[in-house]
Amino acid sequence: MRETLAFDFERTFDQCATLLGDLTFPTVAAWKQEHPGGRVIGYFPVYAPSEIIHAAGMLPVALHGAGDGLELQHADARFGSFICSIVKSTLELAMTERLALMDGLLFSTICDSARNLAFVIKRNQPGMYVDFLHLPHNPNGTASHDFLASEYRRLIGHLQELSGRTISDEALRNSIAVFNENRNLLRRLYEFRRDYPERLRTWELYVLMRAGNFVPVETHNEWLRGVLEELPGRTGKRRDAIRVVIEGSFCEQPPLDLIRVMEEAGCTIADDDFILGRRWFNADVPVAGDPLMNLAESYQDRSVYSSVRHDNRNPRHKQLVEKVRQAKAQAVVFLTAKFCEPACFDYVLFKRELEAAKIPHLPLEFEEKAYTFDRFRMEVETFVESLLFE
Amino acid sequence: MSNTEKSDYRGQIHQLQKEMMVEWYQKLDESATTGKPPAVSLMISGNCIELLEAFDVLPLYPEVNALQLAIRRQSLEPILVAEEMGYATDNCAYVKADIGAMVKGITPAGGKLPVAALALCNFVGCNVYTKWFEHIAEFQKSPLFMLDVPFLRTDTPSKDDVAYVVRQLHDLVKQLEQITGKKFDMDRFREAVRNSARVEELWSRIKHLSKKKPSPYDAYFDAISLMGPLYVYRANPRGVHFFEVALKEYEQMVERGQGPFEKEKFRVVLEGPPPYPFFRTFRDMFAKWGACTVASTYSTVGGLWEFGFRHDPQEPFEAIALHMIENNVTNRNYLQRYDQIRRYVEEWDADGLIIHFVKSCRLFSAGQGDMRDYFTKELGIPTLYLESDIEDPRYFSEAQIKNRMDAFFESLGHAPARTAAQLSAGKAGSGIPMVPTASPKLRVLN
Ligand code: SF4
Ligand code: SF4
Repeated sequence: MRETLAFDFERTFDQCATLLGDLTFPTVAAWKQEHPGGRVIGYFPVYAPSEIIHAAGMLPVALHGAGDGLELQHADARFGSFICSIVKSTLELAMTERLALMDGLLFSTICDSARNLAFVIKRNQPGMYVDFLHLPHNPNGTASHDFLASEYRRLIGHLQELSGRTISDEALRNSIAVFNENRNLLRRLYEFRRDYPERLRTWELYVLMRAGNFVPVETHNEWLRGVLEELPGRTGKRRDAIRVVIEGSFCEQPPLDLIRVMEEAGCTIADDDFILGRRWFNADVPVAGDPLMNLAESYQDRSVYSSVRHDNRNPRHKQLVEKVRQAKAQAVVFLTAKFCEPACFDYVLFKRELEAAKIPHLPLEFEEKAYTFDRFRMEVETFVESLLFE
Repeated sequence: MSNTEKSDYRGQIHQLQKEMMVEWYQKLDESATTGKPPAVSLMISGNCIELLEAFDVLPLYPEVNALQLAIRRQSLEPILVAEEMGYATDNCAYVKADIGAMVKGITPAGGKLPVAALALCNFVGCNVYTKWFEHIAEFQKSPLFMLDVPFLRTDTPSKDDVAYVVRQLHDLVKQLEQITGKKFDMDRFREAVRNSARVEELWSRIKHLSKKKPSPYDAYFDAISLMGPLYVYRANPRGVHFFEVALKEYEQMVERGQGPFEKEKFRVVLEGPPPYPFFRTFRDMFAKWGACTVASTYSTVGGLWEFGFRHDPQEPFEAIALHMIENNVTNRNYLQRYDQIRRYVEEWDADGLIIHFVKSCRLFSAGQGDMRDYFTKELGIPTLYLESDIEDPRYFSEAQIKNRMDAFFESLGHAPARTAAQLSAGKAGSGIPMVPTASPKLRVLN
């Protein structure tokens, strides 16, 4: 385990990329071996309170579908047409015993497909702890703080049953602190990429961040610190490219090669919403005080915007325009999972707002499985050219 | 087998239903012109119309709009308008038809529709509601109230779930006071809740009448006609009167041994919304086989009352919360729906199950392949799986659906009748540990 996870800057990004494609979850298996009796809780994107799972002494693992690594033999018949890839590939992972390392699975209120998936998995995995968190949609007033804290208490009850040990407030506070650090490090990396995109490519940042889904947060923090130390010494050449913000990949993830293709085709990605759950809070969750209340309040008042969180105080379309300005980007590329209903709906108001602000955009749609990227490359190149030579 | 059988029963209630709906549209038109009474848009599923009734506020249902457009075959044009605006082909077409019509000024009945004084999103299960209402609020510049209802992820709602909804209802009361300039009147509210409880009792009795053989009405197609008064007038004395008439009419039919067909040949349970643009065509496909729907999940979108839930006027806020969280099909989890259907098949003594997958609606349809697997493999219930759409006429393939229906009823006609013992054998083997056979709160009426 140690060896696989030892930090080596030069090889980090490739190692991380390999880890993402490995559906045997080698780091999770290694963690279980090192922690006899240790429990693993997988969670379906977008957000889950990893701090609580961590405080229970368990390993939180964010699931992100199966990429192109799995043939669907069971899931198609159960979910049929018009359903995004990640819902089907996650069911396939479960039904082919590939989630056997998990002792529990957590879902939440992101969309109707994912919600029904939770219960279909529950039926098809009768021995497994499968739970569904209701993350609140009404951000006005304090009722939802109290409610979400009670929802977290319910989760804690189940985790305690599963592990046989109680979760103390002290443990929760510690976990909040470690995850705050993780988010801080990621924020710093995002700032670095925004300011020096030639020294940290987006695909590198992406695999580094996503690999954190499969290792203990402390290990991930070490990696991130290591990379941050080395980065200033790295060099790179600026290219002719346009600066874009990526929107729409908050849940199902695009194939890694697609991110590479976008960069090759002339996009400098200045900001994005990949693996959004790891960067859910835009400020630290307070450590002192009632930890569950702090987590609940943060969900309401310190969260990033997302198509699956509802906050009528601050509409997403306004925030996207703000994000473009902050990133000093010229355009937005919508990288939307096929059949992703929340993303498709949001596109309407995003589009209207971007047009009003005279920010060009390119809508693209992806699936987990894609074998050729020629069409994508062409569309992106055409878009880039239209902006470079306008 | 007669190929021409159609179900053309038109009783007093159909006339009455029509009049009540026309009147509602007239009131909406008036509200659009004069601003009085104010209208609040909300969803049908598990809603709090009792509070609106207490304030004399008109309910405005985007879903009814969409439904009316589709059933009158007017939905394609607004759908295309919405797709022009950027809505995806794969977005729920209910939303597209409603928004497209709003932008183009198309209304189903021809009269005007008011701008909502409040877009009240009762988020009861369907995540599309949240987007729909955000968009209504944005396009109409109406204030948005997001009434967040915890999904029923446990067997029964917790105290915290109920308290959360009740607190939001109190906030809503304040907002309604502002909109109407009226003070909240607890007595009127209680009266509205009492009306709902009466309507629910009558409606539930009607639902249990379809256990009779023959069933006096079709619990899908006819039930849909009754849903208008149920959703618009539930908390009003007119609703009570309507359902008294309806119950009486159906009871008389039972006495006469009368049903929608000359002879009821098959009894089926139907899961999923109907193909509204081809409502009549679809109905005729059942009629051809003398197949009567005896229970349907779609008719429980607004509320699930046949298993005993009633609003309690003594605790009106809590009653509304319980209705929203636990007692409508959209906020119940998927396996609870399996259980609801299983009870229908058993207790209403059906020969088979028809699952109608609609492309628009992932709430209903995502996972229906697994549902089919459960009913055919675990329970051994003959099950037919059909695909089309609730709103978009482009997804209805008449010949294919007809062929599949014909084949299904053909084979059902040859199948030996299943015995109760076989059914419960299937049930014992179903092995879904988390599905309660009946929620302890639900009383079953006889
Ligand atoms: S990709 Fe979109 S539709 Fe699919 S599970 Fe995620 S949020 Fe739901
Ligand atoms: S997704 Fe289904 S329940 Fe939701 S608005 Fe559309 S048709 Fe209605």
